[in-house]
Amino acid sequence: MGKTLAEKILSENSGVDAQAGDIVIAKVDLAFLQNGTGPLALRQLPASGLDRVANPERVIFFLDHAAPSPSRELSNDHLILRDFATRSGAQLCDIGEGICHQLIVESYANPGEVIVGADSHTVTAGALGAFATGMGSTDVAIAIALGKTWLRVPESFRVVVSGSFEKGVYAKDLMLHLIGSIGADGATYRSLEFCGETVEKMSMSERFTLANMAVEAGAKAGLFPSDETTHRYLESRGRGDKFRAVGPDPDANYEQIIEINVAGLEPTVSMPHSVDKIALAKELKGERIQQVFIGTCTNGRLYDFAVAAAILKVKRRYPATRLIIAPASREVLIQAMAFGYIQTFLEVGAVLLPPGCGACVGVHQGVLGDGERCLSTANRNFRGRMGNPEAFIYLGSPATAAATAIAGEIIDPREML
Amino acid sequence: MKLRGTVHKYGANVDTDVIIPSPYLTLTDPGELATHCMQGIDSEFAQKVEKGDIIVAGTNFGCGSSREHAPIAIKAAGISCVIAKSFARIFFRNAINIGLPLLECAQAAEEIESGDILEVELASGEIRDITKDKLFKAEPYPNFMLELISAGGLIEHTKRKLEARKDEI
Repeated sequence: MGKTLAEKILSENSGVDAQAGDIVIAKVDLAFLQNGTGPLALRQLPASGLDRVANPERVIFFLDHAAPSPSRELSNDHLILRDFATRSGAQLCDIGEGICHQLIVESYANPGEVIVGADSHTVTAGALGAFATGMGSTDVAIAIALGKTWLRVPESFRVVVSGSFEKGVYAKDLMLHLIGSIGADGATYRSLEFCGETVEKMSMSERFTLANMAVEAGAKAGLFPSDETTHRYLESRGRGDKFRAVGPDPDANYEQIIEINVAGLEPTVSMPHSVDKIALAKELKGERIQQVFIGTCTNGRLYDFAVAAAILKVKRRYPATRLIIAPASREVLIQAMAFGYIQTFLEVGAVLLPPGCGACVGVHQGVLGDGERCLSTANRNFRGRMGNPEAFIYLGSPATAAATAIAGEIIDPREML
Repeated sequence: MKLRGTVHKYGANVDTDVIIPSPYLTLTDPGELATHCMQGIDSEFAQKVEKGDIIVAGTNFGCGSSREHAPIAIKAAGISCVIAKSFARIFFRNAINIGLPLLECAQAAEEIESGDILEVELASGEIRDITKDKLFKAEPYPNFMLELISAGGLIEHTKRKLEARKDEI
């Protein structure tokens, strides 16, 4: 019997012939913590004698979730990560460098690797053909100490995507549609393996968006076979030599096959307070929005800014709708400046945040007021997510977000194209 | 070990943002985290919960962020175990790692109601609803996880393995 991509990578990294359902001890190629979840585990490690780092070159600490720090308590959490990195020789990505998941794909992740991070959106790197999964900080701290972790090899769903996107419809709409159809727990414990003609033609940026949101359907990983697009991306990042072709066997065993033709898809929005509660953007027309947030590990990349800037250019932002922009990384910011996107955003009155998680984490830089509604390009709209349980979060593509900032209400972005 | 307590029941997709909202992630004292537990979904929870009580919920309990603060807050609030139709996988690992027992049983999660008194036997997976005089059976844990739980969590388990010079997980 052939292997799925998850079975292949986990067999190779554990040295056993593993199948779905097996528990393996896998070699960890890359492990990371961030300042929101990491300090809790790092505080308990010294007492247990486990505060060591098996492979400092491939262990990274990120200060991204509240960066720069808005409070003394959060500053002290930053100190814990900085101190631990200094003592252990692990890598540190300090404030302003960007969101962990974006920096992981820009600078660290490679096809065929096993990656664990103390953040649920670690799945983003699955777009490069790495088995990347989120865990709690204790699990990751032990993986950092030993260079390995235990994993149950997941069953896989094969998601076969065909057809061409209509103008104004993007990977984000596809992912919201998929999560809406299978449910927020539709792929719990499973690996989502994306393939098909549409995926093959898709840019890395759009693949990152899909992989990033796999966890919103409960999935353990969101995997893509590596191909020429992956190869070119790695080359552009100076890691062309790390390219390997990884993919499933043709006779691999899938628990379920989900086929989606994107040709009929329309701009889609998740409604409060669950990602799987979807509607078409046009059905929500008239829904007033006080804040639009464009950024995050889901949609804070250069391509996303290009889409948003094209809509905002020569238009006027609705005066009572705030627009907040957060680049996913410093490099995204620098390139977006070079292309003039940042200029466009500022000219329509946007607030520019430093590269990082920004308003998505709910502790700084865009916490919502009681009863306010936000349209965000993030991956999660749970009650209280943006710092206020009395606020309402809608999720959509950068195009839907930009169009909404102009209209002051949710609108189908195709009306602005 | 037999657990006994009163049920607090919730629906599907109880996420970690409502279990412990992100502004409290700088807290590290379990007792302090407990005072904000379930705040996003049930603001009276911290006041009404008593030691030994049991949370019963629908599918996908603990979905969302990987924050370990969530199971820590639940455990420190006095909850002796969580019974749900299903759990989100990161939450599941985290709970086992910090010693909060979880039981997956769809029928129990469907029929048990808030306020019922339960007795739970972890090793066998038996859930007895004293109020309704009904017995449910959850799937027992695989051996690998029982080892982790009986060691008192992942850190203790790893220490023991290292002390035994196995250098394994």
